[in-house]
Amino acid sequence: MSSRRVGSSFAQRNSDNVGAHIALGFGGFIMIFPFLWQIIMSLSTNEQVIGATPTFWPGVLHWENYLSVFTKVPFLDQLGVSVAITVLRVLGQVVLCSLAGYAFARMRFRAKGVIFGVVLSILMVPSQVYLIPQFQIVKSLGLLNSIWGIVLPGLFSAFGVFLMRQTFMGLPVELEEAARLDGANPFQVFWKIMLPLAAPGLSALVVITALWSWNDLLWPLVVTTYAKNMPLSAGLATLQGSTTTDYTVMMAASVMAMAPVLVFFIALQRRVVDGLAFSGTKG
Amino acid sequence: MTARSQSRPVLPETLPAPQRTGRGGRRYGWWPWAFVLPNLIGLLVFYIWPILWTAYLSFTKTGAFGGQTWIGGANYSTLIADENVWTALVNTVIYTVIVLLGVPIAIALASLINRPGLRFASFYRVLFFMPYIAMPTAVGLVWRMIYSGDFGILNWLLSLVHIKGQYWTSTPGFAIVAVGVVGLWSSLGFSIIILSAGLKNIPIDYYEAAQLDGADRWKQFISITVPLLTPSIFFVSIISVIGGFQLFDLLYVIMGQANPALNQSQSLVYIFYNQGFIRNDRGYAAAIAMLILVVIGAVTWLQFRGQKKWVNYV
Repeated sequence: MSSRRVGSSFAQRNSDNVGAHIALGFGGFIMIFPFLWQIIMSLSTNEQVIGATPTFWPGVLHWENYLSVFTKVPFLDQLGVSVAITVLRVLGQVVLCSLAGYAFARMRFRAKGVIFGVVLSILMVPSQVYLIPQFQIVKSLGLLNSIWGIVLPGLFSAFGVFLMRQTFMGLPVELEEAARLDGANPFQVFWKIMLPLAAPGLSALVVITALWSWNDLLWPLVVTTYAKNMPLSAGLATLQGSTTTDYTVMMAASVMAMAPVLVFFIALQRRVVDGLAFSGTKG
Repeated sequence: MTARSQSRPVLPETLPAPQRTGRGGRRYGWWPWAFVLPNLIGLLVFYIWPILWTAYLSFTKTGAFGGQTWIGGANYSTLIADENVWTALVNTVIYTVIVLLGVPIAIALASLINRPGLRFASFYRVLFFMPYIAMPTAVGLVWRMIYSGDFGILNWLLSLVHIKGQYWTSTPGFAIVAVGVVGLWSSLGFSIIILSAGLKNIPIDYYEAAQLDGADRWKQFISITVPLLTPSIFFVSIISVIGGFQLFDLLYVIMGQANPALNQSQSLVYIFYNQGFIRNDRGYAAAIAMLILVVIGAVTWLQFRGQKKWVNYV
């Protein structure tokens, strides 16, 4: 693209970009500072953290703060819950939403428009509106404080159906026609031909579901009461309510709680960004 | 439920040999239902029925152990007279406005990051995007430390320029603004991503033509970039407002439960949670949920109505 720019000489463009680098560098530092500060605090002593002047470098790095997380908080239990709910919701949504999205995009059936309208109506409603009955259902199933209780409503997604429908509608029809003439049944057409082509939509769905599932607080807070049954988000949020405030351990725990998502993002940066942009432009 | 009555088979006895009805149209027998029902049943049970049930609950007195009694509009009259609700509504609006201030910042940043040939562009993108994907609970805890009135680094920085530090999160008035700044910080990355996608759709020819006409970068930004970006700006504003009205996580964590300013600093979702699951007054919480629905619906409707005035669809 840059080679197509006309009229601006290389030197001029370069000097213009100095300003851009200063602005972006300054802004970027503000963006990243809380993360850096969190890591510094997590490696300091409590006295350094609550000191009148900030300690920018703790001198000795107190890695033992990270070890204390495991003894002071049921961190491994919470990590297990977070991983389990995220994997289950991603799998559930990928399977169920792509199936339904495909049917809405390509098949004809009775009352399709009405049913799709009903699905869309869910998208217009903020989550608080269905939260109390969801809680009552989960409670009456005896699933409070369990992984399935946290996961269950999030296995299904109106947004996912919508996203996958948009994805499938953007794919060419001809391939399906050919496969069907060869005698493939609708499921084979879907599974072997259409699903691989829907990869951009699928990866967007995976990214969005995983992020939401890992980070969501309100729902897990409502359906779990014991620390060991909570995912990391709820565990951290209730940790600070406890009487002994050990700031360094709290910082170490929060570093570890968000590290998986940040590592996942930095490793798959392009896909995450494209996925969110995709959902933003299709949705 | 309704799915049951709709799911009767589509006339299998009259199903002829594959009959083609136009573009891809063809009878699919029971296949569509096999595809749609697993998700549809889940959506009906966990979303559609709950929405209707909440609407019903909002007219009842419902305690922690179920068993509701119809009390008509009593929850709603309590709601209107409840000072906490109005405070929460005002706080939520303040928070949302602060988050919306991030949109112009995001436009500027997105257009800088997407400059042709800018080095380290993807590095900057990572920096700006990290707050958006990071767990709000975890970053909320850090911000709480930064804002601390006793040892927070913000007050230390302010003391360097001789500004008196504050107890940011435990002073009513300051608290919601402090949370709003974090909301702005964490939502900037998402806006930048969406706006960047919009920027890529602007044909480069426009800029070439403008350059030939001698328009400088600022002029190009104002008369090409911004007008052609308005659909993305509109989308980002809608998402920011909807997200802003759902404020909960950051407030919950940054304020903490023992905060003296908590009463004056709650958001709508916070009082929903508090009434529904701390005080266990589920009927009243249902009424608050309906209020959130109406408020978000009204604001979104207003935005869509207003878009004709400023959004250019090419």
